[in-house]
Amino acid sequence: MSEFEPQIVAFFCNWCTFTAADLAGTSRLSYPPNLKIVRVMCTGMVDPKFVIKAFLNGADGVLIGGCWPGDCHYINGNLKARRRVANLTEVLKQYGIGEDRFWLRWIAASEGTMLKEVAINMTEKLKQLGPSPLRNMGQMAI
Amino acid sequence: MAKFVKVSFQKDGMNKELSKFFKGLLANGAVDAVLTPMAQARKGVRLSLVTSPDHTAQVDPFAPVAAVSGAKIASSLTARPSGRKIAMVLRPCEIRAVVELSKLNQVNLEDTLLIGMDCFGRYENTDFAKFQEQGGTSESFLENAQAGKTATADCDITGACKICEFPAADNVDMKLCAIGAENGAVYIEAVTEKGEQALEKSGAKGGGAPAGRDEAVKKLVAARTEARDKKFAEFRETINSFEVLADKLAPCVNCYNCRVACPVCYCKECVFVTDTFRHNGEQFMMWADQGGMLKLPNDTLFFHLTRMTHMSLYCVGCGQCTSACPNGVDPMPMFRACADKTQARFNYQAGRSLSDELPLAGFKADELVEVTGQVK
Ligand code: SF4
Ligand code: SF4
Ligand code: FES
Repeated sequence: MSEFEPQIVAFFCNWCTFTAADLAGTSRLSYPPNLKIVRVMCTGMVDPKFVIKAFLNGADGVLIGGCWPGDCHYINGNLKARRRVANLTEVLKQYGIGEDRFWLRWIAASEGTMLKEVAINMTEKLKQLGPSPLRNMGQMAI
Repeated sequence: MAKFVKVSFQKDGMNKELSKFFKGLLANGAVDAVLTPMAQARKGVRLSLVTSPDHTAQVDPFAPVAAVSGAKIASSLTARPSGRKIAMVLRPCEIRAVVELSKLNQVNLEDTLLIGMDCFGRYENTDFAKFQEQGGTSESFLENAQAGKTATADCDITGACKICEFPAADNVDMKLCAIGAENGAVYIEAVTEKGEQALEKSGAKGGGAPAGRDEAVKKLVAARTEARDKKFAEFRETINSFEVLADKLAPCVNCYNCRVACPVCYCKECVFVTDTFRHNGEQFMMWADQGGMLKLPNDTLFFHLTRMTHMSLYCVGCGQCTSACPNGVDPMPMFRACADKTQARFNYQAGRSLSDELPLAGFKADELVEVTGQVK
């Protein structure tokens, strides 16, 4: 049987983390292909519904990547995102999707190496954890 | 110093005595209107808006029923204010929802006099009808509830009330006190200066403080808190996976009655009834194709999880969601258990204070560092 390959939906802010992903690419840093990147203008526009929907549709993990506090191009979108993530984590954790499957990370435009590390670490972690409980439910979850 | 007025009454005379207080409020211009539970001309008890002192005879503030949350009514009456002063007699859970709605700019407290009634619990709408048919009255209810007996032959107060640790209201100008009061008396308490002025103007006078009240409230709160914690433990023990949650939600038909009834589901237009969720046939086919089948209506789990994310921070545990569900889903424990977690995360408690900032309205650079675990 082939090894379990987790599906990670990654919401990256255009200005920092998406640029970091670009940088990782141009610097020829290779990172696991498990990330399915969705480019958003800012972490502050990641509606919790996007995250819930990603999990319901079978994502094993959701990663939100944005600018460090102080660097958000919309001043404080990332700080709002952090509160929403804390809130949503409390909701999902009750039923088995905890911090280990749902990550928020600050990755600046220049931090291509960090992006690579986060991608590797998250993929590894999810391989250990196995498929998300919602993925197992398949269409029942939709 | 809180000021009390004792309202003594003969058997079956409580509402008649209480109506004098409301009549006084209106006749002497303390307020221009009173919103209070009232016996309706033919059947049932509903919140009613009284503007004439000649129409206070039917007041029934302690009736153990809340057909809809009074907080929603308070919002309708004040969000776009009339400019007239209104006294609102509400249950503690309704007051707590009013506090949240006021912070969400959906209740305007400027011209209001908030009167919180002591609450031993309420019956479901249909149960209350039976209770009345069997001769039950607010007086008999209070008398029995004081003795710890809320159940009748075939019904009891709602599951939400049984685990509600807020039987007495806070953040009010006045209270109608029944907990710990001797038979044949209830008390009107003025809490704020505004309340004191209104009490004075109403002309209600006399009597002392209810001696046993503090103790009785404490005892009731302790018992309710214990019941609540037991319920949470039981819920978390059994409903702790998405699979079991989906089982619990299996009877749900996505009618959204629960969120219509919820006093703190604050969105003016719920996203689940917008075009975002008006999919075309092709989309449904695509979803069905993914797994070979698709349950319809779909998005049941999605709806409830989204609602938890949206409003569990403001959930006051009133149980209106459960009362409104036509399919016996009982969403209340699900939302209260969730609220317990989300509110604790932000050290927030729905309804506690008008000055605590809404958790999702503010944000700081140096907080919640544990979310990312990263420090520069
Ligand atoms: S979720 Fe249910 S218990 Fe909580 S405030 Fe809304 S209606 Fe009341
Ligand atoms: S839980 Fe009940 S009230 Fe809420 S949407 Fe489902 S069926 Fe309707
Ligand atoms: S612009 Fe990058 S997080 Fe806001």
